[in-house]
Amino acid sequence: MKSARMTPFRQALGAIVLKDLRTELRTMRSLPAMVLFAVTTFVIFRFGLDRTALSGSLASGVIWTTLLFAAVLGINRIFLPEREEGGFDAFRLAPVDRPVLFVAKAAVLFLYLVVLEVVVVPVFAVFFLQEWSGLVPLVVILLATNLGFAALGTLISSMAVNSRARDLLVPLLLLPLVVPLMIAATGATSHLLDAGGPSYDKFGTWLLVLGLYDGIFCLVGYAVFEFLLED
Amino acid sequence: MSQSENAIRLRDLGRDYGERPALDGVGLELPAGSSLAVLGPNGSGKSTLLRVLASLLRPSRGEVSVLGCSLPREAWKLRGQIGYLGHEPLLYEDLTGRENLEFQARLYGLPAAEARQRIESDLELLGMGRRADYRVSDYSAGMKQRIAICRAVLHRPALLLLDEPDSNLDPEGREAARALIGRPDELRWESEADRPVTRVAVSHDPEKARAEADQVLELTIGGAPVARRAVA
Repeated sequence: MKSARMTPFRQALGAIVLKDLRTELRTMRSLPAMVLFAVTTFVIFRFGLDRTALSGSLASGVIWTTLLFAAVLGINRIFLPEREEGGFDAFRLAPVDRPVLFVAKAAVLFLYLVVLEVVVVPVFAVFFLQEWSGLVPLVVILLATNLGFAALGTLISSMAVNSRARDLLVPLLLLPLVVPLMIAATGATSHLLDAGGPSYDKFGTWLLVLGLYDGIFCLVGYAVFEFLLED
Repeated sequence: MSQSENAIRLRDLGRDYGERPALDGVGLELPAGSSLAVLGPNGSGKSTLLRVLASLLRPSRGEVSVLGCSLPREAWKLRGQIGYLGHEPLLYEDLTGRENLEFQARLYGLPAAEARQRIESDLELLGMGRRADYRVSDYSAGMKQRIAICRAVLHRPALLLLDEPDSNLDPEGREAARALIGRPDELRWESEADRPVTRVAVSHDPEKARAEADQVLELTIGGAPVARRAVA
């Protein structure tokens, strides 16, 4: 028997990404919460540390701790419409390769993180930085780390979404696995935010670590996603 | 697949949830282009049977062949050939009815012009043309069911799997829906797969089901073997 014609990967990817972005623009369920969380955390750090300027590893720790936990809010919700409104079943019936959903959700999460950072990194700079020139190379680190967050977050979220304890499961599974990514991101960022201006000590090494991490979790997610959607 | 071949063939099908059998010993041969009604009390496994046939659930034992594909091994071949209408409408609440259908059309790779034409004509058939631009979250249960019917047949499937398709529909809606999900000879569309449309519908109305279907499958609670009889 001839199988049904499969929808081209890019067409299905575009359909899912557009659907998710349209829904987010309409409901604002994820991004405002992520931004509000990040800005509030910066305010708490500002008064908790009682310092008007941060640099080096402390600045790096503050920004990445905040971005990590803000990202968890988005990761928790990324598959919620699919679970609550039957999107998983609809997708499983469609003539679409299963990994399309993984790539689409990771792309949406990546975009959420970019928007989050476009808003909150300037806030961080205003609150804590006296030297802003490190922000330009920081963009590369942010994008590389976002890719790792997006791949791993999508994978973990798809595993946890069917559990009633998903709000607990996502951080429980995600945080230990994200440690290498955070070590590389903070390691690369700390020299960029030095008080005297950015230095590029070990920048290439950390970037390589980020690239390896991204590659591993993009491949793992792509490879195992089909099995995660099975009954 | 010719008309004389079986669209569905089940041999000793069983499906368990944990240790509890939801289906057991189900056997059936349903020719392509015919209609099957599935009857039985609540909890007898009717919805489970439909989900197994749709390849949304794996059978625990037995042989399942749907449109010539052996399940679960060849489930990927079935994608895009089944029109499934379950208890849940499978609609995104924050999109409008029309946006849901457009999303479905893109996911099934329908050409844009053809998709637009089908969406408009199906919506009109079900009396949803003017209300298709409301968000699904604002719809009544009956309106959701009408959009869900459009969604289930938008890609013109070869096999319709319908779980209580009349639920939430008013008499006018039930009548209108026959053109999209009625008996195969009532349908105002043809399968894209160049084969006759086969229909399986779960019902709680034995008289209506027997009148409409070529075969009836009666399930019993507890996964006991089923009684099946053909209707003249």
